[in-house]
This record gives sequence, structure tokens and C-alpha cells, in this order.
Amino acid sequence: MKLKSILAGAALAMTAATGTLAETTKVGFVYVGPVGDGGWTYEHDKGREAVVAAFGDKVETMYVESVPEGPDAERVMTDMALKGADLIFTTSFGYMDQTINVAAKFPNVKFEHATGYKQSDNVSVYSARFYEGRAVQGHIAGHMTKSNIVGYIGSFPIPEVIRGINAAYIHAKEVNPDVQFKIIWAYTWFDPTKEADAAKVLIEQGADVVLQHTDSTAPQAAAQAAGNVITFGQASDMAAYGPKPRVSSIIDNWGPYYIARTQAVMDGTWASTSTWDGIGAGMVGIGEITSAVPAGVKASAEALRDSLADGSYHTFTGPLNKQDGSVWLKAGETAADYGDEGLASMGFYLEGLDSEVPN
Amino acid sequence: MDLSAISPTLLVASLMVAATPILLAAIGELVVEKSGVLNLGVEGMMITGAISGFAAAVLTGSPMIGFLCAALGGAALSVIFAIITQYFLSNQVATGLALTLFGLGLSAMLGQSYVGIKPPASVKLDLPLVSDIPVIGPILFSHDFTVYAALTLVTGVWWFLKYTRGGLILRAVGESHDAAHALGYKVVRVRILAIMFGGACAGLGGAALSLVRVPQWTEGMTAGAGWIALAIVVFASWKPARVLLGAYLFGGVAVLQLNLQAAGVSIPVEYLSMSPYLITIVVLVVMSANRSKSALNAPAALGRVFHASR
Repeated sequence: MKLKSILAGAALAMTAATGTLAETTKVGFVYVGPVGDGGWTYEHDKGREAVVAAFGDKVETMYVESVPEGPDAERVMTDMALKGADLIFTTSFGYMDQTINVAAKFPNVKFEHATGYKQSDNVSVYSARFYEGRAVQGHIAGHMTKSNIVGYIGSFPIPEVIRGINAAYIHAKEVNPDVQFKIIWAYTWFDPTKEADAAKVLIEQGADVVLQHTDSTAPQAAAQAAGNVITFGQASDMAAYGPKPRVSSIIDNWGPYYIARTQAVMDGTWASTSTWDGIGAGMVGIGEITSAVPAGVKASAEALRDSLADGSYHTFTGPLNKQDGSVWLKAGETAADYGDEGLASMGFYLEGLDSEVPN
Repeated sequence: MDLSAISPTLLVASLMVAATPILLAAIGELVVEKSGVLNLGVEGMMITGAISGFAAAVLTGSPMIGFLCAALGGAALSVIFAIITQYFLSNQVATGLALTLFGLGLSAMLGQSYVGIKPPASVKLDLPLVSDIPVIGPILFSHDFTVYAALTLVTGVWWFLKYTRGGLILRAVGESHDAAHALGYKVVRVRILAIMFGGACAGLGGAALSLVRVPQWTEGMTAGAGWIALAIVVFASWKPARVLLGAYLFGGVAVLQLNLQAAGVSIPVEYLSMSPYLITIVVLVVMSANRSKSALNAPAALGRVFHASR
């Protein structure tokens, strides 16, 4: 009798518990930096806030900041899945294998991995065509540099970063044939100390434009201290450093995508997809070009932005040669997304860049 | 590859800036170890100083108050170490390690609302004419004041240890606390003061990082600088002038590897990042090859617990 009532009670409690679970969708976010980085993670967290604003009580979000890319990420994801997350966004390239591993253990949980290329039944991949924004930056950089030296702080030599360097370089060279790129690899996404040191060294070696593919605002501060140097906001607007050194920016806009995917989970229509959107779809924004840029340059940069947005121009349009002089794209040809020489796995520099891609 | 792009003048100037945080922490630790105490909590005191200084500078708008609070913050943390090791006679190695872990956690908690904020700019020496002299100007006369403060401190410590009565007592306590005690010197008091001085220096070093070199606050931003400072003290065989040399060597390699990368040199950066540690290991091996000589350098009572039984 007693045992029966306990069991009945437990069963009741369980139905109640699953009942509430069905009502709220739990969405987890794994971040590579702190939400206050002012760059990459900050924008992902704004995407999370957009989800909360769109669904209110119907969603419950959780996030973990500064998760190292490596085995520890797997622990964090597993923990989220065990806490009942229905959908987990893993927001850095280095979580790729961990996401696939954890997803295999939790077939009912949906995963979304940012900037990677490995998909499975419950893992979607999504990224933005940041290289379109890099083309606009390169265009402005080529016009603005007086020393003809552009500094570039890379994070890791992965396709996304190499694409960005190539896109910026060819568009700088288009308007300024004498331009030279100096590249420093920081081997981190977020380390203000290293980023500041790298920016200072580039400036000491004559760079008067510093582009960064790392997430903190430290290079902006270094450029401001140095005086006559311009920079671009990375991942986020970084408007606090405008109108100079920060003259424009690439802004990641994840909110609409995150809302759409959460909605899909709620509706039960979620399917594994691969999304790669650019300026046209609004996933990449170009931050306001400030008064430090001459009006003519601003106008041509905006024209370039608009032609990328409406699809009339592709960032990588031939003729383009690889660094070793071999032909990559013939005249008029545009780069394919996938395939051996496609953008998704780009691992080579284009002709004119004089350093080597590290292994 | 274009090595001519690397300007030796600017390289020297920027290595001085890069070395300042570890130089400050190392000279403080040197005094602590000279008094016979091994405090492995340098990293923890540095990062506590970094956030105390950063927070104070942001709140008051004055970098000077920031540096003051950084020194106080580092010293306050070191007092915990001092009480536990000097009154409760705990193991110094274990307590120091605990202090580092505690400092890292405490600073992360204190710093939560300071991520991504710009601190007020600190004072930079900019003498008209003098700062514009080629070579000498950028190297000697156009730094942030912390660079000069660190150099002054190194000179001061050297002078104190070598020429003053106080320095002699400190060294006596570090060489043989029983003998110093028998002579009537307050061993515990001397050591507590040395530990607090070390804490204040480490705190200043942290602030040099968060207010001058970066300038920004991030969790764990010292990234091992405290451990490097500890290594430098041993590397320098407890001599202030060599601490300066060691710090500039470490700072120099850090700056040089970035310069080589920007110039397009294709040596894997990992080799350069390793080199200062390799040099430390080599120096340690050379030093300990000759036991009598190394015994002369290291304070004899280093790390030993003092208990006044009589």
C-alpha cells in the first residue's frame, strides 16, 4: 500500500516534470571568451538575448563563458545536455570534434556548431561570410595607408582566418598596388596582452592600418595610443574607439538565426543544415564608416558593400593566382564554397602575400 | 623576409615595457627570498594587484591611485601568507601555491564587472627635445613612469641589501634565522615586512600589466608572469642586477618573436617561446653543477620554518 502510493506519487511528479519540460525549450550556449570581450562572444551573447526577448518564458537559456577549445568543452556540453538542453550552440571553430562527439551521445539534443564543417544528424553548422566584410576593410585600408604597410593580427591559421587575409589583401592591392601585408599569428582568440603586443610590434614595423582577427579591443587601444593608426572593429562594432582609430567594423548578427533555429526546435521541424550567410542576408554587418575616412573612399567602400550584398559581385572573382603563381581562378570565375580548392577549406595565400601560412 | 624592418631602437624600447611587470614582481620576490621565505604566490598577488589597481583607476579616474591600490591589494594578499607561514608555521610551498590559486579566483570574481572597460591613461614621460634624440630618446626618455619606477626599485633594493644595516639584518635572517634570533633580531617581524614588500611589488607588477602594457582587464591576464618572476630570481642567483638582466631577456624574447613573425621569418614561434625557459634550465644546471658555489648564492634558510624555541 505504502509502496504503491510512493510509486504513484513518483509517477505523478514525473509527468509534472516532463510537462513543464515540454513547455520551455532549453537552449545552451558555449562561449570561447567572456561575454564582456566586446567582440565575438559579446555578439553571440546578444544573439542569446535576442532569443530570450523573442520567446520570453517559453525559453530558458544557459551559457558558459571562456570554455577552452579542447577536452574541457566536451565536459561543458555534456553537462548542458544532462541539464536538459534541447538545443546547444557551440560558438567556436575549435569545438568542432567535441560537438560531434557529444552529439553522438545525445541523439535527442540538437547541436549547432559555428564556423565548422562537420555535420551529423543532430549537428548543424552555421557561419557568416566574414570575408565579405574583410573585402570592404581591405578596400578602405588600401586607400588609407600612407606607409603602404598593413598589419594583420591572425588568431589561428584556419580557413576562416586565411580567407579573411586573402579577401582583405586582394581588395587593398586593387586600389593600392604597392600595399604590403605583415601578419602576426597570436595563436589565441582572446588574450588582450598578446593582442596588444602584436599590434604594437606591427605599428613599430611601420603599419598604419591594423586589421585584427582576434576578439578583444586591446589592438584598438594600442592603435589609439600610437596615434596615427587606423583599425576596424572585429565581430562587434567596437564603436567606443571611433571615429579614430576604429574607422569601420564587421558586425556579426546572430540573433535572427538563433531565433529561427529555436523556433524550429519548438515546432519540431529542426533538421541538420549548413548555413553560410553574408552581408546580403544580414548575418554580416558593416559598421558605420567614420568621418576619419574621406568621403570618396567611404562612397566606394559602400558601393563595394552593396554589390556584395545584392550578389552582383563575388569577393573572390578571377583572375586570381595562388601565392606560388599557379592559377586559382580564371578571369570572371568566382570561387566555389566547397570542394578541394573551395572557400570552406582555403589553406593557401593568394599571389602577392609574402609570408607563409604556418603549419 | 625583411629583417631591416625590425628597428633595434624600438625593439629595446618595447622590451623594456614588456619586461616591467615581471621585473617588479621579481625584485619583490628577491627580497622575500633573501629573508629566507619562499613565496610561490607571486602569480596570485600579481593578478590581485592587477584587478585592484584597474578597479581603483577606473573608479577614481586616477592611474596613480590605481597603482597605490594595486600595491595595497598585493600586500594585503601577502599578509594572509605571512600570518599562516610565520605564526602558524605552515609549509611555505603549499601555502604559496594555495595563495596563487586563491588570487586567481578572487581576481576573477572581483573583475567580473570590469571586463572590456577602458582604464584612464597613465603618465608617460615626454620631454621636449630630449625624447626626440635618435636612439637614446625612445630607449631612455619616452616611457611610462612604471618603467622608471621599476628601475629605481631595483637600484634601491641593491643599495639596501648591500649598504644598509637593515639589509644586513634581512640577509642575516635569511642565512641563519637561529643566529639572527640569538642576536636579538625579530626574525618573524623582518620576514613579515619582507613578505609584504614582495606582495606590494607583485601588485605593482600586475597593475603595470593591466593599466599600462595592455591596458585592459581580463581574467587570468598575468598568464604565468608570476612564475616567470620566480624563475628569474633563481636565474639571477639572488642578485638584483641579474634580476634586471633576466627580466629584460624574457621580455626581449617575447617581443622579438612577434617582430620576427611580422618580418616574415619562418622559424616556428614555439622555439622562441621556449627559449627563455630553456636558458633558465641551463643556468640552473650550471649553477648546481658546482655545489659550493650555488650554496653561497642561495639564502641558507630559504623555505625553512622558524620557531623560536628559546
